[in-house]
Amino acid sequence: MKLTKTLTAAVFALGAALSAQAAEPLKIGLVLPMTGPFAAYGKQIEHGVKLYLERNGDTVAGRKVELIVKDDAPGTAGDVSKRLAQELVVKDNVDILAGFCLTPSAFAVAPLATEAKKPMIIMNAATSAITTKSNYIVRTSMTLPQITAPIATWAAKNGIKKVFTVVADYGPGHDAEGQFKKTFLAAGGEITGEVRVPVRNPDFAPYLQKVKDTKPDAVFIFVPAGEAGIGFMKGFQERGLAQAGIKVIATGDLLDEEVLDAIGDPALGVISSFHYSEAHKSPENLAYVAAYTKAYPKDRPNFMSAGGYDGMHLIAEVLKKTGGDASGDKFIEAAKGMKWTSPRGPVSIDPATRDIVQTVYIRKVTKVGGKLQNVEFDQVNEFKDPGKQ
Amino acid sequence: MTPAKLDLSPLRRAAAWRPAEYAFWLLPVAAFFLFPKSLALLSQIAITALFCLSLDLILGYAGIVSLGHAAFFGLGAYAAGLMAKYGWGDPLLGLAGAAVMAAAAGFLTSFLVLRGTDLTRLMVTLGVSMMLYEAANKLTDFTGGVDGLQGVDIQPVLGMFSFDLYGKTAYWYSVAILFVMFWLARRLVHSPFGLSLRGIRQNVGRMPAIGAPVNARLVAAYTIGAAYAGIAGALLTQTTQFVSLDVMAFSRSAELLLILVLGGTGSLYGALIGTMVFMAAHHFLSDINPQYWQFWLGAALVLIVLFARDGIMGLLRKLSTRARTSS
Repeated sequence: MKLTKTLTAAVFALGAALSAQAAEPLKIGLVLPMTGPFAAYGKQIEHGVKLYLERNGDTVAGRKVELIVKDDAPGTAGDVSKRLAQELVVKDNVDILAGFCLTPSAFAVAPLATEAKKPMIIMNAATSAITTKSNYIVRTSMTLPQITAPIATWAAKNGIKKVFTVVADYGPGHDAEGQFKKTFLAAGGEITGEVRVPVRNPDFAPYLQKVKDTKPDAVFIFVPAGEAGIGFMKGFQERGLAQAGIKVIATGDLLDEEVLDAIGDPALGVISSFHYSEAHKSPENLAYVAAYTKAYPKDRPNFMSAGGYDGMHLIAEVLKKTGGDASGDKFIEAAKGMKWTSPRGPVSIDPATRDIVQTVYIRKVTKVGGKLQNVEFDQVNEFKDPGKQ
Repeated sequence: MTPAKLDLSPLRRAAAWRPAEYAFWLLPVAAFFLFPKSLALLSQIAITALFCLSLDLILGYAGIVSLGHAAFFGLGAYAAGLMAKYGWGDPLLGLAGAAVMAAAAGFLTSFLVLRGTDLTRLMVTLGVSMMLYEAANKLTDFTGGVDGLQGVDIQPVLGMFSFDLYGKTAYWYSVAILFVMFWLARRLVHSPFGLSLRGIRQNVGRMPAIGAPVNARLVAAYTIGAAYAGIAGALLTQTTQFVSLDVMAFSRSAELLLILVLGGTGSLYGALIGTMVFMAAHHFLSDINPQYWQFWLGAALVLIVLFARDGIMGLLRKLSTRARTSS
């Protein structure tokens, strides 16, 4: 009832100023895992999108935004994501496809975006090649090489000469390992050893012993956020690797705000590179975190919600530029080169690759007011995805 | 010596098509006109129905329980995907390749499956599917690993009908293959071979006494079931032009078992109706509430199992006998 009233009010208010065509609702189909193992990711992205609309009003260039959320659980099944996206296009007539938490779902839907000529906004999936799969794709999250290379560069510059790499044995793990080695070796570092551990329930004890024996300056770790990261950090503590002078360096997804509390104090001192931290010091982020905490008091804002928030920001700004036109070619043309200040810092869309260009920060886990936070202390400005070079 | 005459007329009578069956097969045609915008979902229902039919052949008829049937589905999906990627994009050829691949794997693993009883079979089938899953995960260069297999380029069906955005070709193609495979399965279960499978399920000790080679029959049934699953997997690949690692996931095997039990094991229509009901319920519930739909689906399943012991088919059968006796 309330919705109908607001809708009627909006239509009346705009009716005078705008043409009937422009007042048509803007339908955005969000394909996200809302149940299953990645439900937390889907929820965070949805929070980000909704928070943007809450803070900036849900009417964009005279068009009322209508969100249609489809659960593509488990999030790794391309066939499910593709079917849902197809339905959104054919049945719900959406103007824009958005969401896409994991790489297989983005890969599977990409040809559909091309065929239907619909803008497709990637709000998380981080494999570098995704944006090359359709000219209608724009990404507002990050790419794996983009957040991996800076930690390698930083390590080489800051007295870390020998690194042991530990990655989960699956696609993203292999990519992280490859990028880290490439950048670190080019910067003059040395890899003392590398292991790939099973994705599910790995027992880190034997690997950690091996790490300890080779006496590196640091361990580079990449495992899926959650259980595995917690297990690694606890084992690292118990086996006294920290006392042996070995540091932990990682990409920031291991230490995202959602899991940081679960890892607890063993995470203290871990250095990572990432594009978003709740503790980022900027007026934009302060306002964003305050609004987020008010809207979702049970959750902490993290990179997923930032990806959703910025994705919605991009849609809104592009539509302002095109005067409410969301047709594929016009949308993408307008999105190219778009620049804004996000809660994470300054970002822009690379006109050549349609991928995000952003500042990547080097952070250290520190206790701030009794809460574990990734406190930023160094940064690489306007960093493009090195995976496409 | 005159050969012993076997009276096969009861078999033939059981195999005859009933009016209700003709009516049932009008459903896919009606669905096309009633829900022209949901063809993507309808195609996946048809594909899952074929997959479920394959499990019904081995579980419902041969009595082999499996928690790893997605292994064959996945093998078929990858076989068709890889063939298309490397230039063999003809859909029917892809189906054939997938069937051969899955059948070969089914044949080889059937000997492991034969060695145990129900519980060990659950473990063996689960183990085989986990091994294949990890292999597909490991062979990133070949399968694409977790990122999925891309570049699956499928040619038009019969060189005439290319796959379109609205999913019309995908739908008719899936339904046609489902029908043909169903028709074959129907012939099979009403054949003496099919009867011997039922005999094995009901009393394994007696069958050798009447001269039926139990192991050979089970191997054959398991191989055929695997081939069916492979074809279903290939259909999924061809209609979505993508293969994700998830095709081999345990959750797919488990869900399939659930669907079959829901529909009713040991009846081919049970597999089809179970799939239709389950996937439709899944679709509507998750559309209404994308976050907590699993609760309602779970509740519905518990109710059905409580009040319809042999699945939906069991319920239908009970209702029809009651209607007949009262009239």
